[in-house]
Amino acid sequence: MDNNKPYIKVENLKKYFSTKRGLLHAVDDVSFEIKRGETLGLVGESGCGKSTLGRCLIRLLDSTSGKVLLQNPEGEGYTDVTKVSAREMKELRKRVQIVFQDPYSCLNPRLSVWELIAEPLIVNSIYDDKAAMRKRIRELMDTVGLAERLENSYPHELDGGRRQRIGIARSLALNPEFIVLDEPVSALDVCIQAQVLNLLNSLQKEFNYTYVFISHNLSVVRHVSDRIAVMYLGQIVELSEYKELFANPLHPYTQALLSAIPVAKLDVQRERIILEGDVPSPIEPPDACRFAGRCRYAQEVCHHGTPPLTEFAPGHFVACHFAGKLD
Amino acid sequence: MNDTEKIVPELTKRKRRGPFMEVLYRLAKSPLAMFGLAIIALLVFCAIFAEVIAPYSPIKQDLMHMFETPSAEHWLGTDEFGRDILSRLIYGARVSLQVGFIAVGIALVTGGMLGAVSGYYSGWLDNSIMRVMDVLLSIPQTLLAIAIVAALGPSLMNLMIAVGISAVPTYARIVRGSVLSIRSMEFIEAARAVGSSDLRIILKHILPNSMAPIIVQSTLGVASAILNAAGLSFIGLGIQPPNPEWGAMLSGGRQYIRDYPHMTLYPGLAIMLTILALNFLGDGLRDALDPKLKR
Amino acid sequence: MADNNLMLDIRDLTIHYETDSGVVHAVEGLNLQLGRGESLGFVGETGAGKTTTALGIMRLIPNPPGKIKSGQILFDGEDLLKKSEAEMRRIRGAKIAMIFQDPMTSLNPVMTVDKQIAEMIRLHRNVSEHEALKQAGDMLELVGIRRERMHDYPHQFSGGMKQRVVIAIALACDPELLIADEPTTALDVTIQAQVLELMKKLKQQFSASMILITHDLGIVADICDKVAIMYAGRVVEYGDKRSLYANPLHPYTIGLFRSVPDIDEDVDELPVIPGLMPDPMDLPTGCAFHPRCSMAEECCSRERPEMKELEPGHFVACPVRARMLGQA
Repeated sequence: MDNNKPYIKVENLKKYFSTKRGLLHAVDDVSFEIKRGETLGLVGESGCGKSTLGRCLIRLLDSTSGKVLLQNPEGEGYTDVTKVSAREMKELRKRVQIVFQDPYSCLNPRLSVWELIAEPLIVNSIYDDKAAMRKRIRELMDTVGLAERLENSYPHELDGGRRQRIGIARSLALNPEFIVLDEPVSALDVCIQAQVLNLLNSLQKEFNYTYVFISHNLSVVRHVSDRIAVMYLGQIVELSEYKELFANPLHPYTQALLSAIPVAKLDVQRERIILEGDVPSPIEPPDACRFAGRCRYAQEVCHHGTPPLTEFAPGHFVACHFAGKLD
Repeated sequence: MNDTEKIVPELTKRKRRGPFMEVLYRLAKSPLAMFGLAIIALLVFCAIFAEVIAPYSPIKQDLMHMFETPSAEHWLGTDEFGRDILSRLIYGARVSLQVGFIAVGIALVTGGMLGAVSGYYSGWLDNSIMRVMDVLLSIPQTLLAIAIVAALGPSLMNLMIAVGISAVPTYARIVRGSVLSIRSMEFIEAARAVGSSDLRIILKHILPNSMAPIIVQSTLGVASAILNAAGLSFIGLGIQPPNPEWGAMLSGGRQYIRDYPHMTLYPGLAIMLTILALNFLGDGLRDALDPKLKR
Repeated sequence: MADNNLMLDIRDLTIHYETDSGVVHAVEGLNLQLGRGESLGFVGETGAGKTTTALGIMRLIPNPPGKIKSGQILFDGEDLLKKSEAEMRRIRGAKIAMIFQDPMTSLNPVMTVDKQIAEMIRLHRNVSEHEALKQAGDMLELVGIRRERMHDYPHQFSGGMKQRVVIAIALACDPELLIADEPTTALDVTIQAQVLELMKKLKQQFSASMILITHDLGIVADICDKVAIMYAGRVVEYGDKRSLYANPLHPYTIGLFRSVPDIDEDVDELPVIPGLMPDPMDLPTGCAFHPRCSMAEECCSRERPEMKELEPGHFVACPVRARMLGQA
């Protein structure tokens, strides 16, 4: 397979929801690429559209316009996920999967662990042979670290970490290539969070999965990602390799976001940039830099036209008129 | 990563049972539900073996023994034509139970499907189904049933259909309501993400999770179906006299209630006992079907 | 610590929830002290008993099933557990105020925010309605909400603003002790930064003591003086923030610090504490942490560890560590 070609190409993706007060621009003209086996971190605050974007990528939601091009299995050419028919989508589901945020509500409380993990195999008629399916389920439980004795337990009897392991096993069942991880550890305590992060990491090494890791927790995103995209009000404002992003944030929003992370160390607290006010409404936003209203550097030009995401340094994209010229 | 499991041994492996046995096993733990089940079983037994059990014929008139209070010969007394009330109750169980269960069955299946479809798909389909239901709901249930039987002609089957159809909107509303709340849960999206079809999602994920209110409504529904059928029989559109039926017995005894209360007392008790038993069973079933409440 | 400087002294507090399926040992023999003007970070994972302890101080444990089995909660030298319900009502809000985790549900949706603050003031102070509303406006300005918005309903505010309103209510009667239960967990990072900045400012202004319940060691590093680490209903390590962060001693604390991904360093695999929190209905004997502890010795499963002062003002409940540091 040609490693230089991107595995996923997202082009001008838009997702609008119609509400009573007008069109809600959840994802507004987003373009990026992901390489095979890479982890792209997607950070932003609640309502910035990161979860909607994740769902559009695997077509759990239909996009309003734009393309999500997924490389074909042979490495030749691309399939536009947003355009395929329902039948083709059923086949595609085996290649693209999702792990959900809330391990408390993403599992049907009436199904046992066994039934939950068997579901993807049954609905896609993977096995005719019961013994083969049993073997596969045991194998999956072992992969994600669930003991065999738990197979007849119900989700409510298990702790959050184990439930999230069930969710991961379900998404692995069909041998996917690409997994959207939608805040997979946000509902977990730090110790359990570390266990699940390690699991996701070792799975990626073993099976060469491509991840999109959605989270609002910047330390976690930094830990898992190769590259990080920062979203604000439906748009990507900065996209870069993770170390570069943390060392040299260019967008004023990224700078504020990074400075706001509480660090569990003494005397390292960088100077906090406190943003004024709240995130404005994503309904019918004006054609301007979405961040201009809260930005301390905003000039007249920021209020006219959306600044495009441009490559400021090799591999470091930013959507700000004054990138590199601040301070 | 398997250390997690080694260190915490408190969760022992649970035995694997079929889903049906699992529910039965949990049901057996509730004494009230078992009491309800026993009563229902007894009634069904009486209904099936009425010929063997009943001491007299249910329709044979005996004008020498009219309005007799309970005695050794007639345990529950006789009615205005001297017919044995116990025998009529036993035979009546046939009709009443049939009407109750089948009418609710009709209502549940039709209303449940309509409600599930309407709640799951929403939009114009939901709107049109629910507006029709609203129209049906605005007509009094009994009146609707009368209209249907009048159109179809009086017979046991038509009676059940009429009573069933008149209850459809209630079930459609309840099912739609619980489907709406379940539909927004994340595990529905999770099921779609692994490629489940709409039908599977409705049958496997949504309906089982919206069971609780439906079961409660159904057990109450059997009771009201029995009474509804009785009402229709009373005005001559249901079971034709002299065939025994609890509701008809109840209304037949009404005019003698001051002098011979036993004529209404026993059919009334029979209906009450059935309803009580069904309610106990329904509550037990609801709990047994919910894995969160077991252990 | 001089006695008159001691504001809160919790001795051997045990709180159980008696449920049908067994007794939940939420808090087991907890000891904790807090000086006047100090702020304490109360850290632990879900189910460690942090919130139960806070509700215990407020005497707001839902009963049944909750029950304070034993212990003393000395507040200004008086045992709160011996107070009558009427006396407690006068203390709650006036002397001890609490901020809850979810600002969305802790405000009354059908009452304007100034009325909610005024209600609190009038409960504890003998002032006219007019005066109370005026003070409510002052409080809102103090927490950074413009006076024009005082007649708005809670749903007209964003999450961060609502939490400001909640803080204004809590501080309205100038309490001596403020208990904040995960006050920023429901908020976004940049909004969290705003609220933390505000709390830091108000802490100085009001010179109240504070207990900040959180699972985030970063927040504690930012605004607390003292830290208590809680595990399975007990405090396992307690000390001055500087001493504890520079040199965490209890094996659980060390594990907790390590499992947080670092934002400056790369690690391939996060060091994890093996296993799970014990079932609070069935706590291990001896030290509750011993089944997961890499340093555990034979005695750990037998004896409940005592808190020992291993560094000045730094207490640890671990006999193994104590011996290692030559203090056994």
